[in-house]
Amino acid sequence: MYVAVKGGEQAIENAHTWLAEERRGDVTVPELSVAQIREQMALAVNRVMAEGSLFDPDLAALAIKQSRGDLIEAIFLIRAYRTTLPRFGVSAPIDTETMACDRRISATFKDVPGGQILGPTFDYTHRLIDFKLAADGEVDAVPERPADHTTMPRVADFLNREGLIEEAPQVDTEPRDLTREPLEMPADRALRLQALARADEGFTLSLAYSTQRGYARNHAFVGELRIGTVDVQMDIPELGFAIDIGEITVTECESVNQFTGSKTEPPQFTRGYGLVFGQTERKAISMALVDRAMRWEELGEDNVGAPVQDAEFVLYHADNIQATGFLEHIKLPHYVDFQSELELVRKLRRDVHRAQSQEAAE
Amino acid sequence: MEEQTAPRQDRQAWMGLLAKAGQGQAAQLLDAAVTRPAFTWLRPPELGSVMVRGRASGTGAPFNLGEMTVTRCALRLDCGTVGHAYIQGRNKADAEAAAITDALMQTEQASAVREQVLNPLEQARSAAKGSRAAKAAATKVDFFTLVRGDD
Repeated sequence: MYVAVKGGEQAIENAHTWLAEERRGDVTVPELSVAQIREQMALAVNRVMAEGSLFDPDLAALAIKQSRGDLIEAIFLIRAYRTTLPRFGVSAPIDTETMACDRRISATFKDVPGGQILGPTFDYTHRLIDFKLAADGEVDAVPERPADHTTMPRVADFLNREGLIEEAPQVDTEPRDLTREPLEMPADRALRLQALARADEGFTLSLAYSTQRGYARNHAFVGELRIGTVDVQMDIPELGFAIDIGEITVTECESVNQFTGSKTEPPQFTRGYGLVFGQTERKAISMALVDRAMRWEELGEDNVGAPVQDAEFVLYHADNIQATGFLEHIKLPHYVDFQSELELVRKLRRDVHRAQSQEAAE
Repeated sequence: MEEQTAPRQDRQAWMGLLAKAGQGQAAQLLDAAVTRPAFTWLRPPELGSVMVRGRASGTGAPFNLGEMTVTRCALRLDCGTVGHAYIQGRNKADAEAAAITDALMQTEQASAVREQVLNPLEQARSAAKGSRAAKAAATKVDFFTLVRGDD
């Protein structure tokens, strides 16, 4: 028999009070401000914006503070907040060619017009712990040099001139939006890109890595990687014209992939695309590789049964909020479910025991 | 289709500048420049989001990248001039300052507001962008050939 119970209100309240104290930590250590997190934990802030799917650095920094640095919990907070906002509209597609680049590199063309701009990168550092950072926050003056290019041409355009790479002609279809309708298969590329842009970085990285190791191998190069700011423009109906409503930082990666041709396509280079909020290059490169792998059908490639080729598997498991929601709910009370399982196991044991006793008696 | 008139382009430019201004900047400059005029709200400041779109491979079909926060409002000065604001982030006071600035730019106070509000915002923005571009340029790789092998 099951008896309904309730309780735990006081325990829950006390747990949350203690959580607040633990969040603050040792009170003799100065408290972190939201601005400090925004400025000094910027890459964590960027990840929370990307996977929270909401560009707002102050809000992401606050979420990180509230979640004690648990980024998935912070992403959860951002997603929940997002649902409270009325949507004013949709922007015109951002023009990444006009990006004010902090960083822009190509692994395929050394002498790309505009040059190889390294930007503030961890690349080429020695990955040695810098104990000086524990002592002081002094920084050297940053060298400057007159900037000669205001916009950077796309690397893919150079290959395009010889017809060696597939083109990406502009079309203006209205994309589906997984925040407005359930994610249903088959998912076209636009829907896949939306899902990947907010997908868990670790999951996306591992899938991309699996393609490099040979599961649906497509031999990717980073044709171009750029990080910088772009204007966001939207039509304002009451004005009858478009204005810039803001400026966001994004990371864009265009992968260039060897392609020996298929039933429908000639030998050429193909492309994968990554575009992610903030300075998030590991995620953007991963996204490009996964995007390319999921295009197997459209390009007439074989399905070799690799996990990354299974769009349904990838898209239904890439969202860390859905994943953690389902995973973590199993730690919440399941007393009723478990009680029925307990009854079942006891009954099965009784049956087995009875059968064994009967066998022994015969 | 309506013609892209010069006044409209001008208004697009200042509204965009106000949308991208740092927190509190426009309000501070506005209060230093003028006494705020009386107004009535047509739409009180409201927080919301805009879905930002990208294009596959930069140039192809559009897709939904993610949202950004936006604050908007609209007001009417006593003279009847209407000011609008759509600004990035969540700040009602900044949206109000932006809408007042937009309205004043359509009155005879336009030149004073341009000089004391818009121009300083523009200068601050281009200085910040210029500095980042110059730092980026200093990280540009200069390749040189060490040895050119012939065999």
